[in-house]
Amino acid sequence: MKKTLSKHEYQKLVDKKAPGSKIVRNIFAAFLTGGIICSIGQVVMMTVENLGADKETQAAVTSVVMIFLGAFLTGINLYDNISKFGGAGALVPITGFSNSIVSPAMEYKKEGYIMGVGAKMFLIAGPVLVYGIFASVIAGIVYFIWKQVI
Amino acid sequence: MAQKLGSQTYLLDQQVYVLAGAAIVGKKEGDGPLARYFDDIIDDEYAGEKTFEAAESRILRDTYFKVLEKSGKAATDINFVLSGDLLNQCTAASYAFRDADVPYFGLFGACSTMSEALILGSLLIDSGAADNVVCAASSHFCSAERQFRFPLEYGSQRTPTSQWTVTGAGTVILGTEGQGPRITCVTPGKILDEGIKDANNMGAAMAPAAADTILAHLKDTGRSCDDYDLILTGDLGSFGSTMLRELLKRNNIDLKDKHNDCGTMIFDLEKQDVVCGGSGCGCSASVFSTYILDQFSQGLLKRILFVATGALLSPTRTQQGESIPGIAHAVCVEA
Repeated sequence: MKKTLSKHEYQKLVDKKAPGSKIVRNIFAAFLTGGIICSIGQVVMMTVENLGADKETQAAVTSVVMIFLGAFLTGINLYDNISKFGGAGALVPITGFSNSIVSPAMEYKKEGYIMGVGAKMFLIAGPVLVYGIFASVIAGIVYFIWKQVI
Repeated sequence: MAQKLGSQTYLLDQQVYVLAGAAIVGKKEGDGPLARYFDDIIDDEYAGEKTFEAAESRILRDTYFKVLEKSGKAATDINFVLSGDLLNQCTAASYAFRDADVPYFGLFGACSTMSEALILGSLLIDSGAADNVVCAASSHFCSAERQFRFPLEYGSQRTPTSQWTVTGAGTVILGTEGQGPRITCVTPGKILDEGIKDANNMGAAMAPAAADTILAHLKDTGRSCDDYDLILTGDLGSFGSTMLRELLKRNNIDLKDKHNDCGTMIFDLEKQDVVCGGSGCGCSASVFSTYILDQFSQGLLKRILFVATGALLSPTRTQQGESIPGIAHAVCVEA
């Protein structure tokens, strides 16, 4: 092609012409979706509290219920639609984490339980787990040293 | 023998007819504006098979038999099959023609595969090596998603420049004798990489290659856009088409109302939630082998330039920080 644009100029032109995300709509949808998911979590927590569980049990039971809901909605092909609407509002809560593990597990079942489900289940959640655990180790060391100093 | 014009265009010496075409598509494509032109619409995304890869092969194989039937040719009349798809190792095509008992070449040109096949097929015929060549290409939304993006049920939002991989296959038979529009000259494209790194903006990655091939074709043949009824790009989508117009305008070429894009034709962009339109080898292949051939047979088109475009995207290389090379091959088809 007759060079009329450098790579840099082309990139700038693309950025200028490219349609943008609907930021206001996306923020609103994320707020609504995330809010609903968290409200459900709150209801679960209060129900468990009313049954007389202590704080730790409340948190554990709520997580388990929300993970189950995320997995269940993924299994019946609903969670991807919720995420499509809600974006980060559905991605950030623990239900989204559940979705990120259940969806590859479903997808790669055809490659078998070892090389498919087993190997690829953490395809998306893997980095979150690796760096989440790594960060918690660092936090633990810092906390340990802090305790020694005080 | 084909005569070389200018830098990269070949004028065919023999008559190479597009004898027949067939396409089978998925449900979403079957809900689109071109539904009535397709030979079959598959409601089941598995097409009766166990996996999406097998489904894609099945659809491709079925279009092959369909086009044989429509052209009245026997499998033994076919000298070569040239076919490709988006999957690693050209999986869909190799398995589609596994039992076809016909000499086969697997092609990879990403979404430009159909015009790549048409160029090679017509040159093979022109050289005298073949009488009948089948050119075919396929893609499947689900098999492409799992190879290039995320698992199907993973919740994610599409960016405003993304496109939707077409589920479908398109097949044509080229031959020396018969009826149909003719391929008269071909312009194989060069790889162009203008530094786009966003795998969700393939239209912008392919537009420079499309502009380059169109410019080369017009220069080599001494023609202008007015000499064509239609300049049909493969799957630039709405945003890639904008970029193509922009790039051509900077080279003093105005496409006016001559341009259309298979990616924006196969879906209703307003209603079908495909963002910038369709993509995938099956997109341009299915539109060309049905709707376009139909327009020729109705006499509505006299001469077109079919420019299927491909983003030669490698997930591995983009993760390594590389940009996406684009390619476009042009085929001139005349009534």
